[in-house]
Amino acid sequence: MSGSEVMKKEKPKAKLGTFLRLIKTLYSYYPVLLPVTAFCFIFTAAVSSIPPLFFQQVILVIDDSIHTGDWASAMPIILSKLSILALFYLLAIISITISRQLIVVITQGFLYRIRRAMFDGMQELPIRYFDTHKHGDIMSYYTNDTDTMRQLISESLPMLLQSAVIVLTVFFIMLYFCVWLTLLVVVGVIAMLLVTRKLGGGSARYFKRQQKSLGEVEGFIQEMMNGQRVIKVFNHETQAEADFARVNDVLYEDSYRANAHANMLGPIIINIGNVLYVLVAMLGGLLLIAKAPNLALSGLPIGIDIVVPFLNMTKQFTGNVNTVAQQVNSIVMGLAGAERVFALMDEEPETDNGYVTLVNAKIQPDGTITETTERTSHWAWRHPHSDGTVTYTPLAGDVILDHVDFSYEDGNPVLFDITVHAKPGQKVAFVGATGAGKTTITNLINRFYDISDGKIRYDGININKIKKADLRRSLGIVLQDTNLFSGTVIDNIRYGRLDATDEECIAAAKLAGADDFITRLPEGYQTVLYGNGANLSQGQRQLIAIARAAVADPPVMILDEATSSIDTRTEAIVQRGMDQLMKGRTVFVIAHRLSTIMNSDVIIVLDHGRIIERGSHDELIAKRGTYYRLYTGAFELE
Amino acid sequence: MYKTLLKSVGKYKKTAIATPIIIAGESVIEALIPFTTAKLVDEIRAGCEYSVIVKYGAILFLMACLSLVLGGAAGYTSAIAACGFARNLRRDMFHKVQTYSFENIDKFSSSSLVTRMTTDVTFAQNAFITVIRLAMRSPLVFLFAIIMAYIMGGSLSAMFVVIVPLLVFGLYMIAKKAMPAFHSVFHKYDRMNESIEENVIAIRAVKGFAREEYEKQKFNNAALEIKRDFTKAERIVALTAPLMQTCVYLNMLIVLFFGSKIAISSMGLDLDVGQISAMLTYGVQILISLNMLSMVYVILTISVESIRRISEVLEEEPVITNPENAIYEVKDGSVDFIGVNFKYSAHAERYALQNIDLHIKSGETVGILGGTGSGKSSLVQLIPRLYDATEGVVKVGGVDVRQYDLETLRNNVAVVLQKNVLFSGTIKENLLWGNENATDEEIREACRLACADEFINSFPDGYDTKIEQNGTNVSGGQKQRLTIARALLKKPKILILDDSTSAVDTRTDAKIRKSFREYIPSTTKIIIAQRVASVIDADKIVIMDGGSIVDIGTHDELMERCEIYRETYDQQMKKAEGGVANVGV
Repeated sequence: MSGSEVMKKEKPKAKLGTFLRLIKTLYSYYPVLLPVTAFCFIFTAAVSSIPPLFFQQVILVIDDSIHTGDWASAMPIILSKLSILALFYLLAIISITISRQLIVVITQGFLYRIRRAMFDGMQELPIRYFDTHKHGDIMSYYTNDTDTMRQLISESLPMLLQSAVIVLTVFFIMLYFCVWLTLLVVVGVIAMLLVTRKLGGGSARYFKRQQKSLGEVEGFIQEMMNGQRVIKVFNHETQAEADFARVNDVLYEDSYRANAHANMLGPIIINIGNVLYVLVAMLGGLLLIAKAPNLALSGLPIGIDIVVPFLNMTKQFTGNVNTVAQQVNSIVMGLAGAERVFALMDEEPETDNGYVTLVNAKIQPDGTITETTERTSHWAWRHPHSDGTVTYTPLAGDVILDHVDFSYEDGNPVLFDITVHAKPGQKVAFVGATGAGKTTITNLINRFYDISDGKIRYDGININKIKKADLRRSLGIVLQDTNLFSGTVIDNIRYGRLDATDEECIAAAKLAGADDFITRLPEGYQTVLYGNGANLSQGQRQLIAIARAAVADPPVMILDEATSSIDTRTEAIVQRGMDQLMKGRTVFVIAHRLSTIMNSDVIIVLDHGRIIERGSHDELIAKRGTYYRLYTGAFELE
Repeated sequence: MYKTLLKSVGKYKKTAIATPIIIAGESVIEALIPFTTAKLVDEIRAGCEYSVIVKYGAILFLMACLSLVLGGAAGYTSAIAACGFARNLRRDMFHKVQTYSFENIDKFSSSSLVTRMTTDVTFAQNAFITVIRLAMRSPLVFLFAIIMAYIMGGSLSAMFVVIVPLLVFGLYMIAKKAMPAFHSVFHKYDRMNESIEENVIAIRAVKGFAREEYEKQKFNNAALEIKRDFTKAERIVALTAPLMQTCVYLNMLIVLFFGSKIAISSMGLDLDVGQISAMLTYGVQILISLNMLSMVYVILTISVESIRRISEVLEEEPVITNPENAIYEVKDGSVDFIGVNFKYSAHAERYALQNIDLHIKSGETVGILGGTGSGKSSLVQLIPRLYDATEGVVKVGGVDVRQYDLETLRNNVAVVLQKNVLFSGTIKENLLWGNENATDEEIREACRLACADEFINSFPDGYDTKIEQNGTNVSGGQKQRLTIARALLKKPKILILDDSTSAVDTRTDAKIRKSFREYIPSTTKIIIAQRVASVIDADKIVIMDGGSIVDIGTHDELMERCEIYRETYDQQMKKAEGGVANVGV
């Protein structure tokens, strides 16, 4: 209740929408368990509001017998009443056990499914999403946001439900006993709500600020820890500490304000409850003494048997209001988390309208191609046509870019009229400054991004018609930033082709020139890599990435600065492997180091998204243009 | 371990101590309120005067006010104490890291330091606030409630002898079973998050190899395991609620039955309705306080790991410290290595440098060439004492580097590191790192020498251009030139460039070297490079391989007698037909 008030100040519709969607999602996952759990919680809550009724009856009995001191005659009556109460309690314990166990099952099951939904959805998102979102932000969907949702589902929502039921039941029991006293309690509760709204709202505001300054402190620490060596070299320690003190102090200010608000809310509400208790006692006493006529649903006259349980109910009532107030923050944060998680799940997946697939092929003696399920050394594109016929084109690795234009954002083109024809087995190199569009071109070939205008054909087939997974399977990529996965070295190589045997993986490593250092690792091919291969040098990582591409054995390879971190002497060793790897394949290569690309069939020089020169090394040198100036070092590659 | 952390409480000691004291007061009142209420109820029952009700009402009202003030105050002081503790922890850790030498820095990865200073500090803060609030409160509430229950209920309070052990035993069993289950699942949870991060970072590899389904399957296995383990652990903890409720209900039934028995039998003398009602309240208080205590235990257990990781940072002793009677003046820019052996840590098996004897005169230009892992960077890092030689002596200006004041030494020996960084802020702010008192004229001068002035002036904001975090908005070559200018501002006696012009084109590279020769002739220049062209005109060239110096000489001498040098030269120069090359990076 008070929570919703705070929420109303934000974006009420969005929050309500998120809340409803959360409940709907929960319900769709657990159509039976969810109502059962909710029922158990409500039942538990209802039962825990009942004791005052029995208390009142027991007091009546005591009152009747206390002057006679006749326990023997009073006992059976009390015992029978308490037996019924005990029965209720037993039911309550059973239902609380069930509800608690079930909510664990539901919460964890929900988190499991939501994580999967997020992760599975994320795998389908276009590269653009990852290029435009910070990794830290994506990670916090899985960590912070799911954590706040866990809190919301397993604690806040049940508490909210239970408290609402208790407050409602107690309210009616109060009305049953005495309307006057009930009115007084209502006034008190309104006061509590006002305080909650004021303090709770302040606390939520400061918690948000705290989140923000925490982010700033984290960013600062990250930058400084990365640059710690530079700090030492420049004797900049004192200055760095002073700078840190500034952001750290802001965080302190925000966090103590947020926490002070939250911490003070409890005592204030509880003690308003205490004051209310006193007021109820005084009004009750007054009514008793004045023998005032009672107004109650029960029609009972006012008596001590009503005032005393009423006092207990006042406690219960205000206690539950407090419970709700304490949940305000976690409800607000939980819904904000849910909103972000849903936003991730709502992201548009990468579209794939491809229908041309890659199949194992058998070449018949007469030259025709047939499809087969067994693994052959031949592949073919299976191309179904609208008239129902199917044609097979052998996989060769012929790539044509035909007048391709591209822009990452509308109105901001980065590639203009790019035309390139890479024939099977050719090596095509791209040269140019950072931002000239080299990597962008390779991103288009494997459809990480889709072109704006023009056509790209693979073996004569428009790549838009090829199923993305099959297109990418026919292309090997080795990037400058090699990304390895936690696991053994051999599993990392096998990532290129999951059914590759150990022998094939080792052969690929040998081809890439990686076998030498791998065998010298403590566990050889079984050495476990962690943290993106943190235990290897950048050069070694690149060698593994090359082996990974080699084992995939695709007809077309894209090497984007694949050897940039390997020093010149080691590169000479790798070069042999690379030459071996490139043999018989169509290769697109991007390299900073011109020695790597000199022997290409075609070198394409790019400048601001346009092809400005093309030709073989000798042709371009003879031309004395940009390539020549680059080559002679008169021009910086930036 | 805890002691190390507690030092960081610092000036928040007052609030940290005040909090439990205030809470103690609050707990007393909390215990007195039901007591007074019971009296009031009994008075009302006895049909007292209205003035009596007003009197009790006034007392209760005052108590509630006092409790409100105390509760609010404790909320405030505890927030200050805990947040202040966290602030000091971060400050102290940050300070400690500033005293680290390179060897200490190598030990912690920067991402682990970030986690320790953020997430782990949050855990420590939670543990701290729990201790100062609950650890005091729950035993006190428990104690007072027991006492009051005894005062009011007399023999009826004996029931706690049954209920309390029942609850304690139950909570103990739950904690005992749940803790190990949680421990293992937290571990797995961290690993799952790591693998998600890995997937996000490697998304190009995932999509490039069309491994989406494989990754989904892999993730599903991990997530399923997390679900299973978490469910198991949390289901144990979920037993707390029914256990607690059972005790509360037992308390209720016992009080109502035996309470009415005693009340009726004694005709209201030993016990009356008001006291029965109070007994119910105390019972709940006692049980809740026990439950809180078990929460304290759980929170402390969860935060132990964080506390250990924080104290690790705070207890790490810097390997290199300022000497006593330090020397504050560096005479000249001469450098001597005498019989130097070096390894990165005491446990390292291999020496990174062996048998190094090298003498560099003040004002000389020295080039260092060698493959990856040949020890070039290790060698120069010994000069400003970023590391200490394991054996042998390194001298600067004829004095052992270990005798200098560290700041003096490092101000006179400027290193442009290979893995260099710029910080977020303007270009000018970054340059001022070299010398915070540098004038605009000095800054421009340094940039001219480093050939950085041209591109800086081409930016619309010039020297006030903002550098993004990690310097992502300038190119590699521009970044290198800025870091050189930054080092030049120190006006050092010795300037060391560790592969600092690799992304700069050869012509600019040559121009920088020329300006060094002309404008800072008395400064000793040590240049590590991959390109032969960068060192070809040096006074001497040092060739390194496998951690040792293979040869020292001028270009001509080395061409004559050093095969590694000749090979490298041929490889780089011959390919470049014209005689100048841009093949090395």
